[in-house]
Amino acid sequence: MTEEVLRVEDLHTSFFSRKGVVKAVDGVSFSVHKGETFGIVGESGCGKTVTGLSILRLLPEPAGKITGGKIILEGTDLLQLSKKAMRAYRGSRISMILQDPMTSLNPVFTVGDQISESVRLHQGLPDNMVEPEVISALRLLKIPSPEMILHDYPFQLSGGMRQRVVGAIAMSCRPRLLIADEPTTALDATIQAQYIALFKDVQRQTDVSIIFITHDFGVVANMCNRVGVMYAGKIVETAATRDIFKNPKHPYTIALIRSVPRLDEKDERLYSIKGQPPSLMNLPPGCRFYPRCPLGEEICQREEPKEVEVAGGHFVSCWKVK
Amino acid sequence: MADVILEGRNLKKYYPVTKGLLQRTIGWVRAVDDVSFTIERGKTLSLVGESGAGKTTTAKQVLLLEKPTSGQIIFEGKDITKFSRSQLKQDYRSNVQAVQQNPWSSMNPRMRVRDIIGEPLAVNTKKDKKEIRARVEELLDQVGLNSSHADLYPHEFSGGQRQRIAVARALALNPKLVVLDEPVSALDVSIRAQIMNLLKDLQDQYNLSYLVIAHNLATVRYMSHSVAIMYLGQIVEYGDAEELFKDPLHPYTKALISASMLTLPEDEEKGVEKIILSGEMPSPLNPPPGCRFHPRCAEATERCSTEVPELRKRGKGNHWVSCYRKF
Repeated sequence: MTEEVLRVEDLHTSFFSRKGVVKAVDGVSFSVHKGETFGIVGESGCGKTVTGLSILRLLPEPAGKITGGKIILEGTDLLQLSKKAMRAYRGSRISMILQDPMTSLNPVFTVGDQISESVRLHQGLPDNMVEPEVISALRLLKIPSPEMILHDYPFQLSGGMRQRVVGAIAMSCRPRLLIADEPTTALDATIQAQYIALFKDVQRQTDVSIIFITHDFGVVANMCNRVGVMYAGKIVETAATRDIFKNPKHPYTIALIRSVPRLDEKDERLYSIKGQPPSLMNLPPGCRFYPRCPLGEEICQREEPKEVEVAGGHFVSCWKVK
Repeated sequence: MADVILEGRNLKKYYPVTKGLLQRTIGWVRAVDDVSFTIERGKTLSLVGESGAGKTTTAKQVLLLEKPTSGQIIFEGKDITKFSRSQLKQDYRSNVQAVQQNPWSSMNPRMRVRDIIGEPLAVNTKKDKKEIRARVEELLDQVGLNSSHADLYPHEFSGGQRQRIAVARALALNPKLVVLDEPVSALDVSIRAQIMNLLKDLQDQYNLSYLVIAHNLATVRYMSHSVAIMYLGQIVEYGDAEELFKDPLHPYTKALISASMLTLPEDEEKGVEKIILSGEMPSPLNPPPGCRFHPRCAEATERCSTEVPELRKRGKGNHWVSCYRKF
């Protein structure tokens, strides 16, 4: 195994409101190795985005707070850093790509301006060195004729190109860790395939570690080495991508995979999970999936299952899995 | 002979591009350019394509939200483009209903569910309040909700439940055809299956016909009887769903299927390669000459850039392709 770049230990993030406490992330642990892509899959409201924002310490304050745990990036616990030190980490050591490029780019600045902002801020280069750096970032993302695109505004580019520009900003300082939150969801199918192939190539060239947050199992299969499946604030199963698809153990993972229609075979009827995810303000005692689980037993209702390793690197939290 | 409920014949929709004070027309955006299709009773036709392919514009023409630049829409044997307003209202509009993509924006947040579902009944029928009330409760029951939900507001529901309400509203007038514009793409994965199953059950129960707009091919395969693949305002491949997915012929269809296919890391090691298209869909303002797909096609020849291929029947079944390749 290659060296570990990030380790998240027992992370707890909550949102405090007048109505009560929302435990968005409730004891999440995982690690990401060098040059690896770790996928976090789950439905909306399961806490996957909040996990990403917690690592960057970009939670909306004062409502959102990290209430416990450790986030260790190359030996440094990010939660112990001062605000100023954390700012220096963002963009240079860790960066992020968001879902919708039209809202993550500033419409009144050119592409060049927006990439050079992070280059100037973090690399402290003299003015005449900034442009070559920006162009090399655009080249890394295979943006055609970067010298021209530099002077374009976001609205002049197509959706796929915009998302490449966002990628170029994220990669401009050669971060060690990239958090990509649904980066392909707003793109069309063929453009999505282009983007994923492109990012695999970028990863090969730079050895960046990626946390890939998505709801789409298809994207996971194409992009990730390992996956964590999240449900109601917890990772319920972690395994290599191949094992998740070939040998899923947690009833939620199994149901989720079965409920996605397949392109290569016709299903007569789709498997569907009854009910909806629980409210994070009012979690059921015991296993969170119990109310929707087809295998639920008495113990599941009473006690939260512990994580067990069923095979090398394959972890599951379920009472029914031995 | 198949029982055809609706047929689109050579539908076109051009939007003028104007310039200057006098709004001179300097060009046309050819959003839909000569599209023909048929929908059979009790069956589902899906229009598939990426954004800008013209699938939503086609559906809007069927819903009469856009007037076709030219072409005909034949509903149960009659050309509705020649109908008067009152005829349209009586014989067409109540028979053709729609479910929109986003259940967060397709309902008035200030109306109760009872009024949302009851509105089409109040507008189009002579039912009194009591009858409408009974019908609304019946509809709620059909889509898997119950009468206690009738007095709530949309914000009190989850996405999946809202989409059920939207389906109930669409069914209120007992339509024959329902246009489903990306009916599940705004929903969560575990909820999608519930809604897709519901739509299929309702189809079987009421012999409904569906025109589905979608970009997710796996969803389409699950829902459809026939499929039309659109690219830049035109249908490039058309046929029975099973045949089309088993044996895609057009290079664009192949790329689209490859892009949506699940490939595991080990498949890649085995050498299963994804087809990755270069470039992007060109602007419909200035479509390329010849075959519209040729600038991105790996198999394009000289001829593809000059002559426009026609939709031709291939093989034994109902399978049509517009491509010059030998099959």
